Amino acid sequence: MSRETALVDADWVEAHLDDPKVVLVEVDEDTTAYDRNHIKGAIKLDWRKDLQDPVRRDFVNKEGFEALLSSKGISNDDTVILYGGNNNWFAAYAYWYFKLYGHGDVRLMDGGRKKWELDARELSTDAVERPATTYTAQEPDNSIRAFRDEVVAAIGKLNLVDVRSPDEFSGKLFAPAHLPQESAMVAGHVPTAKNIPWSKTANDDGTFKDEAELAELYVQAGVDLATSDTIAYCRIGERSAHTWFVLHELLGQPNVKNYDGSWTEYGSLVGVPVETGSGS
Amino acid sequence: MCGAPPQDLDLTGVDLSNQAIVAGIISREEAPLAGAYVRLLDSSGEFVAEVPTSATGQYRFFAASGEWTVRVLAPGAQPTDRKVRATTGEIARVDVTVG
Repeated sequence: MSRETALVDADWVEAHLDDPKVVLVEVDEDTTAYDRNHIKGAIKLDWRKDLQDPVRRDFVNKEGFEALLSSKGISNDDTVILYGGNNNWFAAYAYWYFKLYGHGDVRLMDGGRKKWELDARELSTDAVERPATTYTAQEPDNSIRAFRDEVVAAIGKLNLVDVRSPDEFSGKLFAPAHLPQESAMVAGHVPTAKNIPWSKTANDDGTFKDEAELAELYVQAGVDLATSDTIAYCRIGERSAHTWFVLHELLGQPNVKNYDGSWTEYGSLVGVPVETGSGS
Repeated sequence: MCGAPPQDLDLTGVDLSNQAIVAGIISREEAPLAGAYVRLLDSSGEFVAEVPTSATGQYRFFAASGEWTVRVLAPGAQPTDRKVRATTGEIARVDVTVG
């Protein structure tokens, strides 16, 4: 993968607003943003309601994903352009999710909704309806998804990249500072994890830094990109999907997994090692 | 500081006693500015969180006691930084007017 196949800029999106084979999808944690306004023609995915199992803590299954995309009017041969708030965290999560279920051509809009707004580009309040399709998903590709036992087994062996803020990594905060600091988890990080906050990969306007700067970030932090596989995690797996996108899609690292259980799972496990402080 | 929330800042439902809040209102030309982006940076300048302002120009962070920087991004304006000290149980109010 590369920037050319994984990322488009806002100008590209404006030029393809009326392209029938391009489907714009806004993905947010807070869907009131989409309901207020959105890029013309874009449909909405709700990170929690649409992409999470309503009962278990897991993804919707293959049949559920097929039903979701069919109902949203997305075809297997459509080019899907994802964008959203929170610097594309949830759009990156959806990107990773679309890849997990084998969608052919999916890309992120660089900078997401914030860049679009800061550019003062046009937003629409028109309702968007697309005729239903019959979407066929692939079996989930778990080569890009890590589960908790793999994370425990990776301690001291593989690259563990904790992409949360330094205060969450050290145990000072439980969650990003726009959320209340209440939690049943313990605070800290997986021993031997390196802390490379997702925010270091993006500019203020939400666009990704260039590949040379991105690679340097990980090298400087002591992550062995040359020979070791990598697992990225955060609190609930959305910021680490953003970093998975950087490592796997922009830097072309072959073996990178996103641990979507992330700290809300790991920090609740009994008997696993936890480290606090700023790391070694 | 008495801890009572300013009347124009909506903190409904927030338990202030155990939170270190950084909050305020962003405005442009004396009107609240919706859809600006407010970033919270830690004492080393590292990004911590970001929120868009509400329809009434408001933003709010749950921080921890210590020194922080509030950075405001708005269409057509240069980023504006303001330093702030947050304390648990109090509201550190930072209002910013952008050009």
